[in-house]
Amino acid sequence: MISKPLETNVRAHEKSAVINLIGDINASADEEMNAAFSQALVLNPESVVLNFTEVEYINSTGIALIVGLLATARQHKVDILTFGLSDHYREIFEITRLSDFMKIVEGDQAAQLVGTT
Amino acid sequence: MTTQQPFWNRIFKRKPIAAEPVQVEPATKVDQLDFEMAPSDPLLAYFRERPGVVELDSLVFDSPALQILKDAGTVIVVPLMSQGELVGMVNLGQRLSEQEYSVDDKKLLSDLATHAAPAVRVAQLVQQQREEAVERNRIEQELKVARLIQQTLLPKEIPVISGWELSAYYQPAREVGGDFYDFLEFPDGRLALVIGDVTDKGVPAALVMSTTRTLIRTAAETLVEPGKVLEQVNNKLYPDIPARMFVTCMYCLLDSKSGRLQYANAGHDLPYLRTDTGVEELRATGMPLGLMPDMGYEEKEIILKAGHTVLFHSDGLAEAHNPQREMFGFPRLKASMFEHSGGAGLIDFFLEKLAQFTGPGWEQEDDVTLVKLRRTPIANHTNRINGTETMIPNQQWTPIGEFNLPSQPGNERQAMDRVAQLVTDAGLSVRQIDKLKTAVAEATMNAMEHGNRFVADRPVLIAMTRSADQIKVSITDFGEGSQTGSKETAESPDLEAKLAGEQTPRGWGLFLIKNMVDDMQVLEGNNMHTIELLINLETEFKL
Repeated sequence: MISKPLETNVRAHEKSAVINLIGDINASADEEMNAAFSQALVLNPESVVLNFTEVEYINSTGIALIVGLLATARQHKVDILTFGLSDHYREIFEITRLSDFMKIVEGDQAAQLVGTT
Repeated sequence: MTTQQPFWNRIFKRKPIAAEPVQVEPATKVDQLDFEMAPSDPLLAYFRERPGVVELDSLVFDSPALQILKDAGTVIVVPLMSQGELVGMVNLGQRLSEQEYSVDDKKLLSDLATHAAPAVRVAQLVQQQREEAVERNRIEQELKVARLIQQTLLPKEIPVISGWELSAYYQPAREVGGDFYDFLEFPDGRLALVIGDVTDKGVPAALVMSTTRTLIRTAAETLVEPGKVLEQVNNKLYPDIPARMFVTCMYCLLDSKSGRLQYANAGHDLPYLRTDTGVEELRATGMPLGLMPDMGYEEKEIILKAGHTVLFHSDGLAEAHNPQREMFGFPRLKASMFEHSGGAGLIDFFLEKLAQFTGPGWEQEDDVTLVKLRRTPIANHTNRINGTETMIPNQQWTPIGEFNLPSQPGNERQAMDRVAQLVTDAGLSVRQIDKLKTAVAEATMNAMEHGNRFVADRPVLIAMTRSADQIKVSITDFGEGSQTGSKETAESPDLEAKLAGEQTPRGWGLFLIKNMVDDMQVLEGNNMHTIELLINLETEFKL
């Protein structure tokens, strides 16, 4: 499997900013992730929703990038919510305790969050 | 071109046709003219282009072969051509009647050549096959003798020493090489262990091996120090060894009570010592035996402790090639020593590794000799895991597969996918495979980044083995750095501190690895590091 560079798109939905993540979250995703998050903050949302539905691979550097986003969000007093994590990465978010600081949503709640209902 | 058969020179003498049988008188003069015709000789090209009878007087060009034929008095040549190849010539001198050759004569000769050439070619091939068969038989006989000499001289039994495990394996190549090993037991309980390799193959190598073995045994009766033994053997071997032959040899002396192993090396492949913390070569310098007189041999010694294993080997293993002409190599050999505990089954483990590497139908290039010396562990041996001593039971490991990757960012994706493919039939659950993939990716990144420092031509070797109840993935780098990084630990990172900006957000790799597998071990050696990832098999998939 060849590494798939991360692409993002950001859109507003109700009081949230949704960041769709497409590709791998590793060292090369640094610039793209931070740019997308800055773009999301410009929308002045109450929360930022990270959509992992099209993410196949997150490594330890990717975890560090997410920790960095979380730290920035706390500074801006913005919540981070996630959805679309595979069972495996959901387990990793629990092991690393990221899930203690960002709510993992799924099902209808997730659909409402990103406006796909 | 060297003509394939002597040339036939015939001078025909016409005889009258007689009703009654008559005694044929021999030709007045029949000579055999032997000479080599160079492939570039223009006469050869002329024969190819113009089949049929050739009158030499009509040829005027610079040709050594033409000159030889003319000097010998040849007037006419009838080339015998078969499938475009010159297989012989009929050379005729002046007719006895001194008349010129008639048109009928030439036609007769031409017809004769047409029929004779294929017959001559067939005769040549039959002769060639006979000669080859004789040569094959001779070689087979020689190989039988060589095998017999070697098998007669190799130890019939392995010494049994309390507290020690000794085992040996010898597999000759078809064209027998000159490998040998020997054990000499002394009355005071010491054991000399010898392994060697004579350059060359077949009977000459076997005879030199036999001589060397005898010289070593003789020297060991009166000398104790390994360096002195090799020195004496070298000086006695040097005057009589055939040109361009020499012997690599390692001589070790073990005190089985103390575990002291003294050794000297005459240019033989370095043995590997496996301890609880890694693998290292046993180095001692010295020239091969029989090359130069009056050589000195460095002596070294170590103390072998419980659980320590030494593997002696010949180059038939490290220099084996796979179908892609890649060599098994010393790094792979050393890394494989990391993978196995060193206990029972070590030699079989290497033979399976070799078989997997070379694939089916491998024609063994050289003798393969392996000798294992191990000090028996008291119960179980311990391995150091991130500073913590952990008891690891002795296990038999069977190779599943292995591959290597250049140290380039992103290659960890290949590593995780290839490992997942190789363990497909091992019975791991989807969750276990996902976790193993993440652990492999993280360990491979560490090996590439921290161990090999992203030097692309330093490979990361990834090997999978299985025991009765576990899968093990060993990831080895060959760099100077530490695979785990200098600061990273497997302890749970302080997420609050990271979020507060008091710590770097990084440092998750080793923690992730530890939490993805059931056990892990880090082994550090000289310029190589291995992380072992262990996954417990579910009950129904245990052997």
